[in-house]
Amino acid sequence: METINITVRFFAMLKGRVGRGEITLTIPENISLGKLKEILKGQFPSIADLIDKKNIMFSVNQEFATNNTIIKEGDEVALLPPFSGG
Amino acid sequence: MSLVRIQKDDFSVTDEIGRVKASSKSIGGIVAFLGTGRDISKGAEIVRLDFEYYPGMAEKKLNEIRERALQNFNIIEMGIFHRVGKIGIGENIVLIIAAAQHRNDAFTACEWAISELKRITPIWKKEITKKGEVWVEEHP
Repeated sequence: METINITVRFFAMLKGRVGRGEITLTIPENISLGKLKEILKGQFPSIADLIDKKNIMFSVNQEFATNNTIIKEGDEVALLPPFSGG
Repeated sequence: MSLVRIQKDDFSVTDEIGRVKASSKSIGGIVAFLGTGRDISKGAEIVRLDFEYYPGMAEKKLNEIRERALQNFNIIEMGIFHRVGKIGIGENIVLIIAAAQHRNDAFTACEWAISELKRITPIWKKEITKKGEVWVEEHP
């Protein structure tokens, strides 16, 4: 099975729970964001309960992404807790 | 200087309004929304606010908001400025300036822009209170 490397970024409350803002992850190629979420739940038990919450959004390369988005080599995936700017 | 900025330092409301106003002589009305740090939240006394953001994506979203406002409302110019980092009580947080020929368009665009900013911009506020720290999750 071929693998790819991606960057995963955590912000705000998620960063606090994970204990760092950014990690590099090696994952199988051609998987969707939905599948990546399952991998993240296994790798980061401290935020597993939050990953499926509707108010946690995901971005890929700084654009909002859905569960169908396919993750590619070098992608930057970010977990975005509810925004509170303004 | 750009009319869309995220910065640690304070901005000058007067200077930014002046820059927006200078963009066209057709401007007849300017509406500005200024968000500031308040000292109370859900009964807890706030000591300070900490704003975190997603560098790159946050600027991109603010630029998108300005572009969409210019497209969808009858306005002439818009400026959007947001501070990040540690912000004290009473200090400036966010400034949105909408300039139009007539006031109604400026009011409408300004209100839309601040709502859209809160909805789609990856910026997070942490309230540091005397009882502890909490990431804010909802928009009143």
